[in-house]
Amino acid sequence: MQEMVEVFLLGKKYTVPAELTIMDAMEYAGYKLVRGCGCRSGFCGACAVVYRIKGTTEIKVCLSCQTKIEAGMCVGQIVSYPTNKRTFDIEEIKPTANIMGQLYPEIYSCIGCNACTKGCPQGLNVMQYIAYAQRGEYERCAHESFDCVGCNICASRCPAQITHSAVGLLARRLTGKYIAPECEHLELRVKEIEEGKWNVELKKLMDKPMDEIKDLYNHREIEK
Amino acid sequence: MYTQEMLDSIKNVERTRSERLHATLRRMEADEKDKLLQEYHPDYRTTGFKNILVGPNKGQKAPSELTDLLQAHSRLTGKHIDLEVVDYDVDVLIIGGGGAGSSAAIEADRAGAKVLQVTKLRMGDANTMMAEGGIQGADKENDSPAIHYLDALGGGHFSNRPELLSRLVHDGPLAIKWLSDLGVMFDKKPDGTMITTHGGGTSRKRMHAAADYSGAEIMRVVRDEVQNRGITTIDFAPAIELILDEEGKASGAVLMNFDTGEYSVVRAKTVIIATGGAGRLHYQGFPTSNHYGATADGLILGYRVGAELLYQDAIQYHPTGVAYPSQIFGALVTEKVRSLGAQLINRDGIAFMNPLETRDVAAASIIRECSTNKEGIPALDGGSAVWLDTPMIEDLHGEGTIEKGIPGMLRMYAKFGIDLRKQPILVYPTLHYQNGGLLIHPDGETTNVKNLFVAGEAVGGIHGKNRLMGNSLLDIIVFGRIAGKSAAARAKETKTGKLTLAHVEKFEKSLADAGVETDKVSPLLLPTYTHGRTPRKS
Repeated sequence: MQEMVEVFLLGKKYTVPAELTIMDAMEYAGYKLVRGCGCRSGFCGACAVVYRIKGTTEIKVCLSCQTKIEAGMCVGQIVSYPTNKRTFDIEEIKPTANIMGQLYPEIYSCIGCNACTKGCPQGLNVMQYIAYAQRGEYERCAHESFDCVGCNICASRCPAQITHSAVGLLARRLTGKYIAPECEHLELRVKEIEEGKWNVELKKLMDKPMDEIKDLYNHREIEK
Repeated sequence: MYTQEMLDSIKNVERTRSERLHATLRRMEADEKDKLLQEYHPDYRTTGFKNILVGPNKGQKAPSELTDLLQAHSRLTGKHIDLEVVDYDVDVLIIGGGGAGSSAAIEADRAGAKVLQVTKLRMGDANTMMAEGGIQGADKENDSPAIHYLDALGGGHFSNRPELLSRLVHDGPLAIKWLSDLGVMFDKKPDGTMITTHGGGTSRKRMHAAADYSGAEIMRVVRDEVQNRGITTIDFAPAIELILDEEGKASGAVLMNFDTGEYSVVRAKTVIIATGGAGRLHYQGFPTSNHYGATADGLILGYRVGAELLYQDAIQYHPTGVAYPSQIFGALVTEKVRSLGAQLINRDGIAFMNPLETRDVAAASIIRECSTNKEGIPALDGGSAVWLDTPMIEDLHGEGTIEKGIPGMLRMYAKFGIDLRKQPILVYPTLHYQNGGLLIHPDGETTNVKNLFVAGEAVGGIHGKNRLMGNSLLDIIVFGRIAGKSAAARAKETKTGKLTLAHVEKFEKSLADAGVETDKVSPLLLPTYTHGRTPRKS
């Protein structure tokens, strides 16, 4: 016999199997989710929920597709959180020390409460990557924020009203485009392609009889 | 976390690990693979498929669930939509908010077109976001687009459309460069050399990655770029029917507001379908690694206006879906785990195949091991599974490799009490990719509906009947960009005539004429899950 638990979903009592995730428990209860459900694998950040265990004071936040339901959980959804992403032209901006401050001046209002880090379902050190951003250390900010899924739970908890996910994303784009070392072999191949070299080579291969192509495939050398 | 039976079997895996560690596992011969596929791959089962009775692919088979939706009623049947009242008037309408749609939007915008991008859920809610392993691109000295072509053609059983595949591989390095210039953080060595690995069926190490967040990293960058460009996007607005003009050109769509149920009309000079795959149709009852919204909507919309499908019966089962624990059942275990050296092991601790065979061969081999060979480990709901020996990775490449290379996997399992650095994981094939889809010319336009373009997983023919790892992230960028450019150029020379939905009635009539009786409506938009509870019907 399946173990069942009593929970409160959007304020209403249901009895659901204990092995389900919060998301699955909502569906078991009869919800057909439109908002608050995305990849169902912890990559997209669509399914943030806020909960407390009945009778306790602490409010917790998590991704509902990645968290098991528990007895006494009182669950509310965060289906859309108003963030404040700034727009920029990636070709125009440069990874200068002050660019982050110009676009996201509120990062300097961080009071160090660490609520962002405590709330992160990915276990990221969010406050740390904001600190890197403040100091213009974009590459470190990029790596520290790399696993961010953009659920914006951190933003919902922040007294300084920072949109952390947008700060991390800017740092990563600056790193990917300007700070990471350039890739010579890629530039070389792109040049060859633009000169038309590989159109010719591909056509030669495609024009061969299928039996010969199959033979080439079956006997091709495989890099160790 | 594991059951006692599983723990006992893990002892066998550990016992044989050291002798397997540096062993070269045999690869299968061509005829051996063919036989295996025919006997064990789900595509070759006769049950699970139904013949299509109407439309351009009449007489061909498709998975039963897809056939049912292709032959279902329109959501607009019996409703009157006033097409004289146009809510959005644009050059290019893009349906889909994933990687292909966003790449198309960026290029169409760059070409000066007025773009509207609509999506069923939120921007970025797409299979792109979940692609973990990487993106192929022949940009290294020992590699070339021609070698890439050969790998993908063989992997696709020589059924790929040559004109589409050659475009894919030719533009591969250009796509990597485009993404890199937008700020995607590819894994690189300190000198800038791309860190690349093998995928199943590749003969060169050309898999570029951003840890195991490759798709997520690409998606969040292209989505950010769409926002930076000020392109108009509408979330929670699925297209439920395409609109044609009196000459039969694709000329817009009817959208449904997913929150309020209200309809709106988009008039567009050109339309791009970029709606992705179909995993959430759960063909043959398989679990899926796909996004919640992967319900083949674009195939339905396109087919109803007369666009032709190709290889709609060829489905990719990813060999390594999560088989345990239940909370993440069906989720993807990236192929990168095998790229890094983890082997597939049966209950007795034997490596029963080379882990880097193509996906269809690997899936069929696992199914054989668990069925006829009875060498699987009992998992959930009476099913069985095989081990993926993840601790090998650090034995081979050193401590820390897993945290650096596959942090997403490490985190996903850790949440449920499994440390994959210390214990192997249980896997079984999961429904992963729609190999087929709407047929296009190399410029992205469908072969038989003017001004209708398609990009991404909704396209059929690029990968033939089996796609290699890393070629789908590549295809959404390459063909997304192509569709965006082509649709913008075409819009400039297009005069849209009077809008019509007459094709919907015509399709209803063809269903009646073919004797199709159904109470289904399509596109499906979202699956319904109740996790074992049977709701009382009124």
